[in-house]
Amino acid sequence: MADLNPITAWRRLLALPNESRTKTLMMAFLVSTVCAILVSGATVILQPIQTANRAAEQQARLESLIAGIPGMSELLSQDDGTLTTVVIDLKKGAVATDVTPDTLSDALDNSANWTGLTAAQDLAGLGQRPDFAQVYFLRGGDGNLSLALLPISGVGYNGPIDAILALRADMNTIAGLAVINQSETPGLGARIEEPAWLSQFRGKSVADANGTIRFAVAKGAAASEYEVDGITGATRTSNAMTRTIRFWLGDDGYGPLLDAIKRGEF
Amino acid sequence: MSARTGLWGILTEPLIRQNPVTLQILGICSALAVTTSVATALTMSAALTAVLVLSAAVISLIRRHIPDSIRLIVQIVIVASLVIVIDQLLQAYLFEISQRLSVFVSLITTNCLVLGRTESFSRHNPPLRSMVDALGNGLGYSLVLTVIGSLRELFGAGSLLGWQVLTTVDQGGWFTPLNLMLLAPSAFFLLGGLVWAIRSVLPEQSESLEFLSPDEPEDTA
Repeated sequence: MADLNPITAWRRLLALPNESRTKTLMMAFLVSTVCAILVSGATVILQPIQTANRAAEQQARLESLIAGIPGMSELLSQDDGTLTTVVIDLKKGAVATDVTPDTLSDALDNSANWTGLTAAQDLAGLGQRPDFAQVYFLRGGDGNLSLALLPISGVGYNGPIDAILALRADMNTIAGLAVINQSETPGLGARIEEPAWLSQFRGKSVADANGTIRFAVAKGAAASEYEVDGITGATRTSNAMTRTIRFWLGDDGYGPLLDAIKRGEF
Repeated sequence: MSARTGLWGILTEPLIRQNPVTLQILGICSALAVTTSVATALTMSAALTAVLVLSAAVISLIRRHIPDSIRLIVQIVIVASLVIVIDQLLQAYLFEISQRLSVFVSLITTNCLVLGRTESFSRHNPPLRSMVDALGNGLGYSLVLTVIGSLRELFGAGSLLGWQVLTTVDQGGWFTPLNLMLLAPSAFFLLGGLVWAIRSVLPEQSESLEFLSPDEPEDTA
Protein backbone atom coordinates (compact mmCIF):
# COMPACT_ATOMS: atom_id res chain seq x y z
CA MET A 1 0.00 0.00 0.00
CA ALA A 2 2.74 2.44 -0.92
CA ASP A 3 0.43 4.44 -3.12
CA LEU A 4 -1.58 6.77 -0.92
CA ASN A 5 -3.24 8.71 -3.73
CA PRO A 6 -6.96 8.59 -2.76
CA ILE A 7 -8.16 8.45 -6.36
CA THR A 8 -6.17 5.37 -7.22
CA ALA A 9 -7.10 3.84 -3.86
CA TRP A 10 -10.78 4.43 -4.71
CA ARG A 11 -10.32 2.85 -8.15
CA ARG A 12 -8.60 -0.12 -6.58
CA LEU A 13 -11.48 -0.53 -4.17
CA LEU A 14 -14.05 -0.47 -6.95
CA ALA A 15 -12.01 -2.94 -8.96
CA LEU A 16 -11.97 -5.48 -6.14
CA PRO A 17 -14.29 -8.43 -6.62
CA ASN A 18 -17.64 -7.74 -4.95
CA GLU A 19 -17.29 -10.72 -2.64
CA SER A 20 -13.94 -9.70 -1.17
CA ARG A 21 -14.02 -8.95 2.54
CA THR A 22 -12.46 -5.50 2.19
CA LYS A 23 -14.98 -4.38 -0.36
CA THR A 24 -17.92 -5.77 1.62
CA LEU A 25 -16.80 -3.88 4.73
CA MET A 26 -16.02 -0.72 2.81
CA MET A 27 -19.37 -0.73 1.01
CA ALA A 28 -21.26 -1.27 4.26
CA PHE A 29 -19.28 1.55 5.89
CA LEU A 30 -19.72 3.98 3.00
CA VAL A 31 -23.43 3.33 2.56
CA SER A 32 -24.12 3.77 6.26
CA THR A 33 -22.02 6.94 6.45
CA VAL A 34 -23.78 8.56 3.52
CA CYS A 35 -27.19 7.54 4.89
CA ALA A 36 -26.32 8.77 8.38
CA ILE A 37 -25.30 12.18 7.00
CA LEU A 38 -28.49 12.35 4.93
CA VAL A 39 -30.78 11.48 7.82
CA SER A 40 -29.11 13.67 10.44
CA GLY A 41 -28.86 16.52 7.96
CA ALA A 42 -32.57 16.38 7.17
CA THR A 43 -33.51 16.14 10.84
CA VAL A 44 -31.31 19.01 11.95
CA ILE A 45 -32.19 21.33 9.10
CA LEU A 46 -35.93 20.73 9.32
CA GLN A 47 -36.13 20.71 13.12
CA PRO A 48 -36.92 24.45 13.54
CA ILE A 49 -39.74 24.29 10.98
CA GLN A 50 -41.26 21.24 12.65
CA THR A 51 -41.07 22.80 16.11
CA ALA A 52 -42.69 25.96 14.78
CA ASN A 53 -45.43 23.83 13.19
CA ARG A 54 -46.19 22.11 16.47
CA ALA A 55 -46.16 25.34 18.44
CA ALA A 56 -48.42 27.02 15.88
CA GLU A 57 -50.81 24.10 16.02
CA GLN A 58 -50.93 24.18 19.82
CA GLN A 59 -51.57 27.91 19.76
CA ALA A 60 -54.29 27.53 17.12
CA ARG A 61 -56.04 24.85 19.15
CA LEU A 62 -55.85 26.93 22.30
CA GLU A 63 -57.38 29.85 20.44
CA SER A 64 -60.10 27.73 18.86
CA LEU A 65 -60.87 26.26 22.27
CA ILE A 66 -61.28 29.69 23.80
CA ALA A 67 -63.21 30.98 20.80
CA GLY A 68 -65.57 28.01 20.98
CA ILE A 69 -66.65 28.76 24.55
CA PRO A 70 -69.72 31.02 24.53
CA GLY A 71 -69.08 34.47 25.94
CA MET A 72 -65.34 33.94 25.91
CA SER A 73 -64.54 36.22 23.01
CA GLU A 74 -66.45 39.05 24.74
CA LEU A 75 -64.50 38.41 27.93
CA LEU A 76 -61.24 38.58 26.04
CA SER A 77 -62.23 41.68 24.09
CA GLN A 78 -62.93 43.56 27.31
CA ASP A 79 -59.93 45.62 28.28
CA ASP A 80 -59.27 43.73 31.45
CA GLY A 81 -60.03 40.22 30.21
CA THR A 82 -56.59 38.67 30.21
CA LEU A 83 -55.11 35.24 29.67
CA THR A 84 -52.21 34.49 31.96
CA THR A 85 -49.83 31.57 31.85
CA VAL A 86 -48.93 30.06 35.20
CA VAL A 87 -46.78 27.12 36.22
CA ILE A 88 -48.48 25.09 38.93
CA ASP A 89 -46.84 22.85 41.50
CA LEU A 90 -49.23 19.92 41.28
CA LYS A 91 -48.32 18.48 44.69
CA LYS A 92 -49.16 21.65 46.55
CA GLY A 93 -51.85 22.86 44.19
CA ALA A 94 -50.29 26.31 44.21
CA VAL A 95 -48.26 28.51 41.90
CA ALA A 96 -44.76 27.11 41.62
CA THR A 97 -42.27 29.40 43.32
CA ASP A 98 -39.06 28.59 41.50
CA VAL A 99 -40.26 27.44 38.08
CA THR A 100 -41.49 29.85 35.41
CA PRO A 101 -42.93 29.04 31.96
CA ASP A 102 -39.47 29.72 30.51
CA THR A 103 -37.66 27.31 32.79
CA LEU A 104 -40.39 24.65 32.77
CA SER A 105 -38.89 22.45 30.07
CA ASP A 106 -35.52 22.48 31.87
CA ALA A 107 -37.20 21.56 35.15
CA LEU A 108 -39.00 18.64 33.49
CA ASP A 109 -35.71 17.30 32.12
CA ASN A 110 -34.80 16.57 35.72
CA SER A 111 -36.26 13.25 36.79
CA ALA A 112 -36.51 14.50 40.39
CA ASN A 113 -39.42 16.64 39.23
CA TRP A 114 -41.48 13.63 38.22
CA THR A 115 -43.64 11.45 40.45
CA GLY A 116 -44.03 7.75 39.75
CA LEU A 117 -47.58 6.43 39.77
CA THR A 118 -48.72 3.09 41.13
CA ALA A 119 -50.94 0.93 38.96
CA ALA A 120 -53.99 1.91 41.03
CA GLN A 121 -53.29 5.62 40.67
CA ASP A 122 -52.29 5.47 37.06
CA LEU A 123 -55.68 5.73 35.34
CA ALA A 124 -54.29 7.51 32.30
CA GLY A 125 -51.52 4.96 31.70
CA LEU A 126 -48.76 7.53 32.00
CA GLY A 127 -46.39 5.69 34.35
CA GLN A 128 -45.22 8.95 35.86
CA ARG A 129 -46.50 12.47 36.20
CA PRO A 130 -44.64 15.77 36.09
CA ASP A 131 -44.75 17.77 39.32
CA PHE A 132 -45.13 21.01 37.40
CA ALA A 133 -47.68 21.87 34.76
CA GLN A 134 -48.28 24.99 32.74
CA VAL A 135 -51.91 26.11 32.92
CA TYR A 136 -53.75 29.15 31.61
CA PHE A 137 -56.12 31.32 33.62
CA LEU A 138 -58.59 33.69 32.08
CA ARG A 139 -59.66 36.55 34.36
CA GLY A 140 -62.63 38.80 33.82
CA GLY A 141 -62.64 42.57 34.15
CA ASP A 142 -63.15 42.36 37.92
CA GLY A 143 -60.00 40.29 38.31
CA ASN A 144 -61.90 37.14 39.22
CA LEU A 145 -60.91 33.87 37.67
CA SER A 146 -63.46 32.98 34.99
CA LEU A 147 -61.83 30.06 33.26
CA ALA A 148 -58.98 27.63 33.82
CA LEU A 149 -57.36 25.87 30.86
CA LEU A 150 -55.67 22.66 31.98
CA PRO A 151 -53.43 20.59 29.69
CA ILE A 152 -54.07 16.87 30.13
CA SER A 153 -52.52 13.81 28.56
CA GLY A 154 -53.14 10.10 28.54
CA VAL A 155 -52.48 6.97 26.56
CA GLY A 156 -55.02 6.11 23.88
CA TYR A 157 -55.36 3.07 21.66
CA ASN A 158 -52.48 3.90 19.30
CA GLY A 159 -50.42 6.36 21.31
CA PRO A 160 -50.50 9.41 23.54
CA ILE A 161 -53.43 11.80 23.50
CA ASP A 162 -52.80 15.41 24.55
CA ALA A 163 -55.68 17.76 25.19
CA ILE A 164 -56.62 20.95 26.97
CA LEU A 165 -59.62 20.96 29.26
CA ALA A 166 -61.34 24.25 30.07
CA LEU A 167 -63.18 24.53 33.38
CA ARG A 168 -65.48 27.34 34.43
CA ALA A 169 -65.01 29.34 37.61
CA ASP A 170 -66.84 26.75 39.76
CA MET A 171 -64.16 24.22 38.68
CA ASN A 172 -66.91 21.67 38.12
CA THR A 173 -68.49 22.73 34.83
CA ILE A 174 -66.59 21.86 31.69
CA ALA A 175 -66.38 24.80 29.31
CA GLY A 176 -64.75 22.90 26.48
CA LEU A 177 -62.13 20.39 25.41
CA ALA A 178 -59.55 20.66 22.64
CA VAL A 179 -57.51 17.67 21.50
CA ILE A 180 -54.01 18.80 20.59
CA ASN A 181 -52.26 15.64 19.66
CA GLN A 182 -53.48 12.12 18.99
CA SER A 183 -52.65 9.16 16.77
CA GLU A 184 -55.87 7.18 17.02
CA THR A 185 -57.33 5.16 14.13
CA PRO A 186 -58.42 7.52 11.35
CA GLY A 187 -62.19 7.53 10.97
CA LEU A 188 -62.76 5.92 14.38
CA GLY A 189 -60.76 6.98 17.43
CA ALA A 190 -59.43 9.99 15.57
CA ARG A 191 -62.96 11.37 15.67
CA ILE A 192 -62.15 12.68 19.17
CA GLU A 193 -60.71 15.63 17.23
CA GLU A 194 -63.99 16.44 15.49
CA PRO A 195 -65.70 19.65 16.63
CA ALA A 196 -69.08 17.87 16.66
CA TRP A 197 -67.89 15.44 19.31
CA LEU A 198 -65.88 17.97 21.31
CA SER A 199 -68.78 20.42 21.43
CA GLN A 200 -70.70 18.00 23.66
CA PHE A 201 -68.29 18.64 26.53
CA ARG A 202 -69.57 22.17 26.95
CA GLY A 203 -71.69 22.45 30.08
CA LYS A 204 -71.08 18.92 31.39
CA SER A 205 -70.43 18.52 35.10
CA VAL A 206 -67.38 16.75 36.43
CA ALA A 207 -68.32 15.68 39.95
CA ASP A 208 -71.55 15.24 41.88
CA ALA A 209 -72.50 17.05 45.10
CA ASN A 210 -70.35 14.67 47.20
CA GLY A 211 -67.27 15.50 45.18
CA THR A 212 -67.07 12.07 43.50
CA ILE A 213 -65.89 12.39 39.91
CA ARG A 214 -68.68 11.06 37.72
CA PHE A 215 -67.58 12.31 34.32
CA ALA A 216 -67.45 9.61 31.63
CA VAL A 217 -67.56 9.04 27.92
CA ALA A 218 -70.69 6.88 27.69
CA LYS A 219 -70.97 3.53 25.94
CA GLY A 220 -73.43 4.71 23.33
CA ALA A 221 -75.50 7.82 23.87
CA ALA A 222 -74.96 10.07 26.88
CA ALA A 223 -77.49 9.43 29.64
CA SER A 224 -76.70 12.06 32.27
CA GLU A 225 -75.22 15.49 32.79
CA TYR A 226 -71.86 13.84 33.51
CA GLU A 227 -71.62 11.97 30.20
CA VAL A 228 -70.82 12.62 26.57
CA ASP A 229 -71.66 10.24 23.70
CA GLY A 230 -69.23 7.40 23.07
CA ILE A 231 -67.65 6.93 19.66
CA THR A 232 -68.90 3.86 17.81
CA GLY A 233 -66.09 1.48 16.99
CA ALA A 234 -63.63 3.29 19.24
CA THR A 235 -64.34 1.88 22.69
CA ARG A 236 -60.71 1.92 23.76
CA THR A 237 -60.21 5.52 22.71
CA SER A 238 -63.45 6.50 24.49
CA ASN A 239 -62.34 4.70 27.66
CA ALA A 240 -58.94 6.34 27.45
CA MET A 241 -60.61 9.76 27.33
CA THR A 242 -62.71 8.91 30.40
CA ARG A 243 -59.71 7.70 32.38
CA THR A 244 -57.49 10.58 31.30
CA ILE A 245 -60.01 13.21 32.38
CA ARG A 246 -60.74 11.38 35.64
CA PHE A 247 -57.04 11.07 36.40
CA TRP A 248 -56.21 14.71 35.78
CA LEU A 249 -59.19 16.05 37.71
CA GLY A 250 -58.51 13.62 40.56
CA ASP A 251 -56.18 13.91 43.54
CA ASP A 252 -53.13 12.79 41.56
CA GLY A 253 -53.72 15.37 38.87
CA TYR A 254 -55.08 18.87 39.28
CA GLY A 255 -57.21 17.95 42.33
CA PRO A 256 -55.20 20.04 44.84
CA LEU A 257 -55.19 23.00 42.45
CA LEU A 258 -58.95 22.77 41.88
CA ASP A 259 -59.54 22.64 45.64
CA ALA A 260 -57.35 25.70 46.12
CA ILE A 261 -59.23 27.58 43.41
CA LYS A 262 -62.57 26.58 44.98
CA ARG A 263 -61.30 27.97 48.30
CA GLY A 264 -60.66 31.23 46.47
CA GLU A 265 -56.88 31.19 46.70
CA PHE A 266 -56.46 32.32 43.10
CA MET B 1 -41.46 -9.12 -18.96
CA SER B 2 -38.83 -9.41 -21.65
CA ALA B 3 -35.57 -7.62 -21.02
CA ARG B 4 -36.00 -5.52 -24.12
CA THR B 5 -39.31 -3.86 -23.26
CA GLY B 6 -39.24 -0.19 -24.19
CA LEU B 7 -39.36 2.53 -21.55
CA TRP B 8 -43.02 3.23 -22.31
CA GLY B 9 -43.78 -0.45 -21.79
CA ILE B 10 -41.89 -0.48 -18.49
CA LEU B 11 -43.88 2.53 -17.37
CA THR B 12 -47.35 1.30 -18.35
CA GLU B 13 -47.07 -2.43 -17.65
CA PRO B 14 -47.37 -2.06 -13.84
CA LEU B 15 -50.45 0.16 -14.08
CA ILE B 16 -52.95 -2.66 -14.65
CA ARG B 17 -51.40 -5.72 -16.26
CA GLN B 18 -48.52 -6.09 -13.80
CA ASN B 19 -50.03 -4.02 -11.02
CA PRO B 20 -47.95 -4.57 -7.88
CA VAL B 21 -50.98 -4.51 -5.58
CA THR B 22 -53.64 -6.41 -7.46
CA LEU B 23 -51.43 -8.91 -9.31
CA GLN B 24 -48.50 -9.39 -6.96
CA ILE B 25 -50.46 -8.52 -3.79
CA LEU B 26 -47.50 -6.46 -2.54
CA GLY B 27 -47.72 -3.51 -0.19
CA ILE B 28 -51.32 -4.14 0.79
CA CYS B 29 -50.86 -3.37 4.51
CA SER B 30 -50.46 0.32 3.81
CA ALA B 31 -53.03 0.12 1.00
CA LEU B 32 -55.54 -0.95 3.63
CA ALA B 33 -54.45 1.42 6.37
CA VAL B 34 -54.35 4.81 4.69
CA THR B 35 -57.32 4.60 2.35
CA THR B 36 -59.98 5.98 4.68
CA SER B 37 -59.87 9.23 2.72
CA VAL B 38 -58.63 10.30 -0.70
CA ALA B 39 -56.29 12.95 0.69
CA THR B 40 -54.33 10.51 2.85
CA ALA B 41 -54.29 7.95 0.03
CA LEU B 42 -52.84 10.50 -2.38
CA THR B 43 -50.19 11.72 0.06
CA MET B 44 -49.19 8.18 0.88
CA SER B 45 -49.03 7.36 -2.85
CA ALA B 46 -46.83 10.36 -3.53
CA ALA B 47 -44.52 9.49 -0.62
CA LEU B 48 -44.23 5.87 -1.69
CA THR B 49 -43.63 6.76 -5.33
CA ALA B 50 -40.91 9.24 -4.33
CA VAL B 51 -39.17 6.67 -2.13
CA LEU B 52 -39.50 4.02 -4.81
CA VAL B 53 -38.01 6.16 -7.58
CA LEU B 54 -35.18 7.55 -5.45
CA SER B 55 -34.19 4.18 -4.02
CA ALA B 56 -34.31 2.64 -7.50
CA ALA B 57 -31.98 5.38 -8.76
CA VAL B 58 -29.49 5.03 -5.90
CA ILE B 59 -29.42 1.25 -5.89
CA SER B 60 -29.21 1.06 -9.65
CA LEU B 61 -26.24 3.49 -9.61
CA ILE B 62 -24.24 1.34 -7.23
CA ARG B 63 -25.64 -1.99 -8.45
CA ARG B 64 -22.29 -3.28 -9.71
CA HIS B 65 -20.63 -2.68 -6.37
CA ILE B 66 -23.14 -4.12 -3.92
CA PRO B 67 -21.64 -7.29 -2.45
CA ASP B 68 -24.17 -10.10 -2.69
CA SER B 69 -23.74 -11.15 0.91
CA ILE B 70 -24.97 -7.80 2.32
CA ARG B 71 -27.19 -6.66 -0.53
CA LEU B 72 -30.45 -6.78 1.44
CA ILE B 73 -28.96 -4.79 4.31
CA VAL B 74 -27.58 -2.19 1.94
CA GLN B 75 -30.92 -1.86 0.18
CA ILE B 76 -32.89 -1.60 3.42
CA VAL B 77 -30.51 1.03 4.81
CA ILE B 78 -30.89 3.14 1.68
CA VAL B 79 -34.67 2.76 1.61
CA ALA B 80 -35.00 3.49 5.33
CA SER B 81 -32.88 6.64 5.08
CA LEU B 82 -34.94 7.93 2.18
CA VAL B 83 -38.15 7.20 4.08
CA ILE B 84 -36.94 9.14 7.12
CA VAL B 85 -35.98 12.11 4.96
CA ILE B 86 -39.38 12.09 3.23
CA ASP B 87 -41.14 11.76 6.59
CA GLN B 88 -39.19 14.72 7.98
CA LEU B 89 -40.06 16.76 4.90
CA LEU B 90 -43.74 15.93 5.29
CA GLN B 91 -43.65 16.91 8.96
CA ALA B 92 -42.03 20.19 8.04
CA TYR B 93 -44.08 21.22 5.03
CA LEU B 94 -47.29 19.17 5.07
CA PHE B 95 -47.78 19.00 8.81
CA GLU B 96 -51.54 18.33 8.91
CA ILE B 97 -51.48 15.43 6.49
CA SER B 98 -48.39 13.94 8.10
CA GLN B 99 -50.33 13.91 11.39
CA ARG B 100 -53.09 11.92 9.73
CA LEU B 101 -50.72 9.45 8.09
CA SER B 102 -48.97 9.04 11.46
CA VAL B 103 -46.81 5.95 11.47
CA PHE B 104 -47.60 4.68 7.99
CA VAL B 105 -45.04 6.87 6.23
CA SER B 106 -42.25 5.36 8.32
CA LEU B 107 -43.65 1.94 7.52
CA ILE B 108 -42.87 2.46 3.82
CA THR B 109 -39.47 1.05 4.82
CA THR B 110 -41.00 -2.35 5.31
CA ASN B 111 -43.33 -2.07 2.32
CA CYS B 112 -42.56 -5.20 0.32
CA LEU B 113 -43.23 -3.25 -2.86
CA VAL B 114 -40.11 -1.09 -2.45
CA LEU B 115 -37.74 -3.92 -1.62
CA GLY B 116 -39.42 -6.07 -4.26
CA ARG B 117 -38.65 -3.60 -7.03
CA THR B 118 -35.11 -2.77 -5.94
CA GLU B 119 -34.29 -6.45 -5.48
CA SER B 120 -35.83 -7.72 -8.70
CA PHE B 121 -35.36 -4.81 -11.10
CA SER B 122 -33.01 -2.02 -10.00
CA ARG B 123 -30.24 -4.45 -9.14
CA HIS B 124 -30.03 -5.59 -12.77
CA ASN B 125 -30.91 -2.50 -14.78
CA PRO B 126 -29.38 0.91 -15.54
CA PRO B 127 -30.68 3.93 -13.57
CA LEU B 128 -33.07 5.33 -16.19
CA ARG B 129 -34.86 2.03 -16.74
CA SER B 130 -34.99 1.39 -12.99
CA MET B 131 -36.46 4.79 -12.29
CA VAL B 132 -39.09 4.40 -15.01
CA ASP B 133 -39.97 0.97 -13.66
CA ALA B 134 -40.18 2.37 -10.12
CA LEU B 135 -42.36 5.25 -11.32
CA GLY B 136 -44.66 2.81 -13.12
CA ASN B 137 -45.00 0.65 -10.03
CA GLY B 138 -45.53 3.70 -7.84
CA LEU B 139 -48.29 4.88 -10.15
CA GLY B 140 -49.83 1.41 -10.18
CA TYR B 141 -49.89 1.44 -6.38
CA SER B 142 -51.28 5.00 -6.39
CA LEU B 143 -54.03 3.97 -8.80
CA VAL B 144 -55.24 1.18 -6.52
CA LEU B 145 -55.01 3.39 -3.42
CA THR B 146 -56.92 6.19 -5.10
CA VAL B 147 -59.69 3.86 -6.28
CA ILE B 148 -60.09 2.24 -2.86
CA GLY B 149 -59.70 5.56 -1.06
CA SER B 150 -62.38 7.20 -3.22
CA LEU B 151 -64.83 4.36 -2.66
CA ARG B 152 -64.24 4.30 1.08
CA GLU B 153 -64.50 8.06 1.52
CA LEU B 154 -67.55 8.29 -0.76
CA PHE B 155 -69.52 5.54 0.94
CA GLY B 156 -68.08 5.91 4.43
CA ALA B 157 -68.40 9.67 4.78
CA GLY B 158 -70.31 10.78 1.68
CA SER B 159 -67.49 13.05 0.56
CA LEU B 160 -64.60 13.07 -1.90
CA LEU B 161 -61.37 14.92 -1.04
CA GLY B 162 -63.32 16.62 1.74
CA TRP B 163 -66.09 17.88 -0.59
CA GLN B 164 -69.51 16.65 0.50
CA VAL B 165 -70.90 14.71 -2.47
CA LEU B 166 -73.74 12.88 -0.78
CA THR B 167 -75.45 14.81 2.02
CA THR B 168 -75.55 12.58 5.07
CA VAL B 169 -78.48 12.19 7.43
CA ASP B 170 -76.59 14.19 10.07
CA GLN B 171 -76.52 17.14 7.71
CA GLY B 172 -80.19 16.80 6.82
CA GLY B 173 -79.71 14.74 3.66
CA TRP B 174 -80.71 11.19 2.83
CA PHE B 175 -77.41 9.30 2.86
CA THR B 176 -76.63 7.07 5.82
CA PRO B 177 -72.84 6.65 5.91
CA LEU B 178 -71.64 3.06 5.88
CA ASN B 179 -69.41 2.99 8.93
CA LEU B 180 -68.02 -0.34 7.80
CA MET B 181 -66.30 1.51 4.96
CA LEU B 182 -64.09 3.30 7.47
CA LEU B 183 -62.96 0.05 9.06
CA ALA B 184 -60.03 -2.00 7.80
CA PRO B 185 -62.14 -5.04 6.69
CA SER B 186 -63.93 -2.98 4.05
CA ALA B 187 -60.58 -2.31 2.39
CA PHE B 188 -60.07 -6.06 2.20
CA PHE B 189 -63.48 -6.50 0.58
CA LEU B 190 -62.86 -3.70 -1.89
CA LEU B 191 -59.37 -4.92 -2.73
CA GLY B 192 -60.68 -8.46 -3.18
CA GLY B 193 -63.44 -7.17 -5.43
CA LEU B 194 -60.93 -5.15 -7.43
CA VAL B 195 -58.63 -8.17 -7.91
CA TRP B 196 -61.62 -10.26 -8.97
CA ALA B 197 -62.79 -7.63 -11.44
CA ILE B 198 -59.34 -7.24 -13.00
CA ARG B 199 -58.82 -10.97 -13.26
CA SER B 200 -62.24 -11.42 -14.87
CA VAL B 201 -61.28 -8.95 -17.57
CA LEU B 202 -57.72 -10.25 -17.91
CA PRO B 203 -58.03 -14.00 -17.27
CA GLU B 204 -54.30 -14.56 -17.86
CA GLN B 205 -53.69 -13.01 -14.40
CA SER B 206 -55.47 -15.84 -12.62
CA GLU B 207 -53.12 -18.22 -10.91
CA SER B 208 -53.35 -21.92 -11.56
CA LEU B 209 -54.62 -23.96 -8.63
CA GLU B 210 -51.89 -25.00 -6.23
CA PHE B 211 -53.75 -28.09 -5.08
CA LEU B 212 -56.15 -30.33 -6.89
CA SER B 213 -59.43 -31.10 -5.22
CA PRO B 214 -59.82 -34.72 -4.02
CA ASP B 215 -62.52 -35.29 -6.64
CA GLU B 216 -59.92 -34.92 -9.36
CA PRO B 217 -57.06 -37.30 -8.65
CA GLU B 218 -53.76 -36.24 -10.07
CA ASP B 219 -53.44 -39.00 -12.67
CA THR B 220 -56.68 -38.06 -14.39
CA ALA B 221 -55.93 -34.36 -14.38
